[in-house]
Amino acid sequence: MRVNFTVNGRPQQADDVWEGESLLYVLRERLGLPGSKNACEQGECGSCTVRLDGVPVCSCLVAAGQAEGREVVTVEGLADLARQRSDGLSACGTPPGEAGHAQTRDTCSQSGESGELAPIQRAFIDAGAVQCGFCTPGLLVAADDMLERNPNPTDADIREALSGNLCRCTGYEKIMDAVRLAAARQSEGV
Amino acid sequence: MPNGAPTKITQASGTKGGIGESMLRPDGTLKVTGEFAYGSDMWHEDMLWGQILRSPVAHAEIVSIDTGEALAVPGVYAVMTYDDLPTEVKNYGLEIQDTPVLAHGKVRHHGEPVAMVAADHPETARRAAAKIKVEYRDLPVITDEASALAPDAILVHENRTDDHAAHVPHPNIVHRQPIVRGDVAEARRRADVIVEGEYVFGMQDQAFLGPESGLAVPAEDGGVDLYVATQWLHADLRQIAPVLGLPEDKVRLTLAGVGGAFGGREDLSMQIHACLLALRTGKPVKIVYNRFESFFGHVHRHPAKLYYEHGATKDGKLTHVKGRIVLDGGAYASSSPAVVGNAASLGVGPYDVDDVEIEAIGLYTNNPPCGAMRGFGAVQACFAYEAQMDKVAGELGMDPVEFRRRNAMSQGSVMPTGQIVDSPAPVAELLRRVKALPMPPERQWESSEGADVRQLPGGLSNTTHGEGVVRGVGYAVGIKNVGFSEGFDDYSTAKVRMEVVAGEPVASVHTAMAEVGQGGVTVHAQIARTELGVAQVTIHPADTQVGSAGSTSASRQTYVTGGAVKNACELVREKVLEMGRRRFGSYHPAWATAELLLEGGKVVTDGGEVLADLVDVLGDEAVEVEQEWRHRPTEPFDLRTGQGNGHVQYSFAAHRAVVEVDTELGLVKVVELACAQDVGKALNPLSVLGQIQGGTTQGLGIAVMEEIVVDPRTAKVKNPSFTDYLIPTILDTPTIPVDVLELADEHAPYGLRGVGEAPTLSSTPAVLAAIRDATGLELNRTPVRPEHLAGA
Repeated sequence: MRVNFTVNGRPQQADDVWEGESLLYVLRERLGLPGSKNACEQGECGSCTVRLDGVPVCSCLVAAGQAEGREVVTVEGLADLARQRSDGLSACGTPPGEAGHAQTRDTCSQSGESGELAPIQRAFIDAGAVQCGFCTPGLLVAADDMLERNPNPTDADIREALSGNLCRCTGYEKIMDAVRLAAARQSEGV
Repeated sequence: MPNGAPTKITQASGTKGGIGESMLRPDGTLKVTGEFAYGSDMWHEDMLWGQILRSPVAHAEIVSIDTGEALAVPGVYAVMTYDDLPTEVKNYGLEIQDTPVLAHGKVRHHGEPVAMVAADHPETARRAAAKIKVEYRDLPVITDEASALAPDAILVHENRTDDHAAHVPHPNIVHRQPIVRGDVAEARRRADVIVEGEYVFGMQDQAFLGPESGLAVPAEDGGVDLYVATQWLHADLRQIAPVLGLPEDKVRLTLAGVGGAFGGREDLSMQIHACLLALRTGKPVKIVYNRFESFFGHVHRHPAKLYYEHGATKDGKLTHVKGRIVLDGGAYASSSPAVVGNAASLGVGPYDVDDVEIEAIGLYTNNPPCGAMRGFGAVQACFAYEAQMDKVAGELGMDPVEFRRRNAMSQGSVMPTGQIVDSPAPVAELLRRVKALPMPPERQWESSEGADVRQLPGGLSNTTHGEGVVRGVGYAVGIKNVGFSEGFDDYSTAKVRMEVVAGEPVASVHTAMAEVGQGGVTVHAQIARTELGVAQVTIHPADTQVGSAGSTSASRQTYVTGGAVKNACELVREKVLEMGRRRFGSYHPAWATAELLLEGGKVVTDGGEVLADLVDVLGDEAVEVEQEWRHRPTEPFDLRTGQGNGHVQYSFAAHRAVVEVDTELGLVKVVELACAQDVGKALNPLSVLGQIQGGTTQGLGIAVMEEIVVDPRTAKVKNPSFTDYLIPTILDTPTIPVDVLELADEHAPYGLRGVGEAPTLSSTPAVLAAIRDATGLELNRTPVRPEHLAGA
């Protein structure tokens, strides 16, 4: 089947999708967006977290067909999303109708090579919240979503919001530091 | 070159960026943008997907295998079984080559690889693998010491010829290591109290998040290029090449991104399978385990039964320790012999005891194979000896920390192996420090709006608002060896190059060290900056084009590969200074007379006088050195007495756990888990904290939730998923305050002490001690489950 949906602000089209394929598989293997990770493929670890019409979901549990006509944001799109939030503009510069074919890997919002990072990405690096990094994309999407809804979270709020994302390396302390840091920078307008 | 093949990363630093600074990871940006390619992200034009068919039973003869139906599935390119292996070498193994690449005639554990498929879609490969018909004839299962050593026990491995076969008392024992020192019978008579205990340690999984994965690409020269997530490229190579029938120079390994390891990637997983399928089909083959398969695809931490007797005098001095440690190694040896050596030699803990009898054995059974996991044999022992220390203190009516302090080992102490501890061993100081940290407030769940259930046992299940909740506090301390022990040639290799690039001096570091998340790449760049005085350092991808770095295990990489990088940098520096003397020596006498350093891109005297810019010294020449580096050698332990200078270095951590237990429901909330650890020298303080907090949390996991449950009747794994095998979430993990002590070990580079494992030891017994303190229960097994506590 063919699936049409928007990924990180760009219309995408995936062809020859088998009905059993997950959104995660299509993102990773058909659209060249391997940032979302495949740690459990059972919806338990949160490594594949993306936003589907704004809502964080485990993309391993979403059938690709369910994404038809909807908007997906992955870790590769966090920097653009943050930019849009801060200036209310589409940073990609390509009007939706002129987007390229799904198979192209070279699109501005997907490469992650823009040099700019979303505040939550910067905070994860600065706080030392990244070790092996496999949980990081999912945590970033989840944390970014939480800070959008709750700019001044308590520690208990952060823990509750991120409780669906497993990390095996850090013991979560530096992840807590990173989210606190991003929230503080956000409130200071840094 | 496949998509995702690693490339060099150059990191510049605005500060000196040397050792001792909390430099940020050079791969951090790639990891937060999603660009960092892990093994499972590798992609190649025209690639196939490999799938392994695994045994559904633990112990059985294979009567027949029929691959016909699988081969007929459209999209399938190859199906391979034991009969398709190309050479006479059909087994592999880290210490004993007892592990079949594909089962031959018999399977020995649930999940053993039996056949494999390559197809053009992963689901096609899975479905085809399911169409392979294998007929099994069940054999009785060996599941514990009693069944392994019974008079009529089936041998898990017949006709053993390995190095340990001659000295073990039974062929179902992989290795046995006694440690005998002093006269326990005599010491026993001096004891005022004698305390016995039996302890059970559950099977823990490394549960790294990035599943086993890699991509094998057949090469035009008949060889193969393998991109793989592993812990030791050269050990993989040594095991892979003979099975493929290729010389080692035709099997080229490159480290793909590694999503955590913790010991679980020391053994091979999909490496040989992917290479065989690639060579058979002539196409690149990628294999990625899903989580279910991952639980079968790597070894676990040995479950253990431990029997201890401790004696002490009334004034709180240990008289003797007797211990028997039975580790279940499962169906294949993996690193069981070394785990046995560790459990035995570290089995008394960080205490001065003159009279010791310890025996550790590792069993062959039909349970899942067990091998390396962070802490490596020392973890199981620490859980038991620390429970014993509390028990003895209780018998003596003595404070448990005070009792430990009176017996704490220190620099100059003699281990039960006879080895003198010749660097700082601040055991009493670590306990003092961790005890001195401020306590979390009582009834910490109370807020202005009432009880915040998220801070209580049971959390958002809203099972209590504080009723029935009791606090407990527990302490523990442990001792871990750093580096490979028992006479192993534990070397590493570094290639360091210095040249001028775009008008700036740049150092590049090339090692085969597996970066698994620990931050070795960060530290290598820091060492290069410190030794060579440059701002820019390029880290070359790890591969087998440079000499072995040894394993990213045993808390050893900063010590050993760090040591190799430091050594290679020093040799480069000498050459650079030699060039400087040749070019500019005649202009300034200091070139000949002063101690010269490289700092800030310049050659300076130890008095700070600048003699030349490195750019001018180097010109268009490059200086390059590749050199092996070794730490002090170790010795094997005597097979009867366990005596010998077996370990390179010891590391120590202490924990204080504060828990709150809902005694009605048996639910535990760990409120805080404080740690004090001596790291010798923190090369990167931020990374050190990350290691200590991460290790502490894995210890918490095995204390209260993590366990691979194996059915004792069938030896089948019952919970191979993150739904049923629980690892700590951010809600389960408390704050982890850390007090880092830096007492230099003069034998180690920069005085450093390996960091990664020690915190995993004492975390678990501290949590158990705290739960015992809260409930008054004996609790002789870990993990503790609600049914062990409810109604207490």
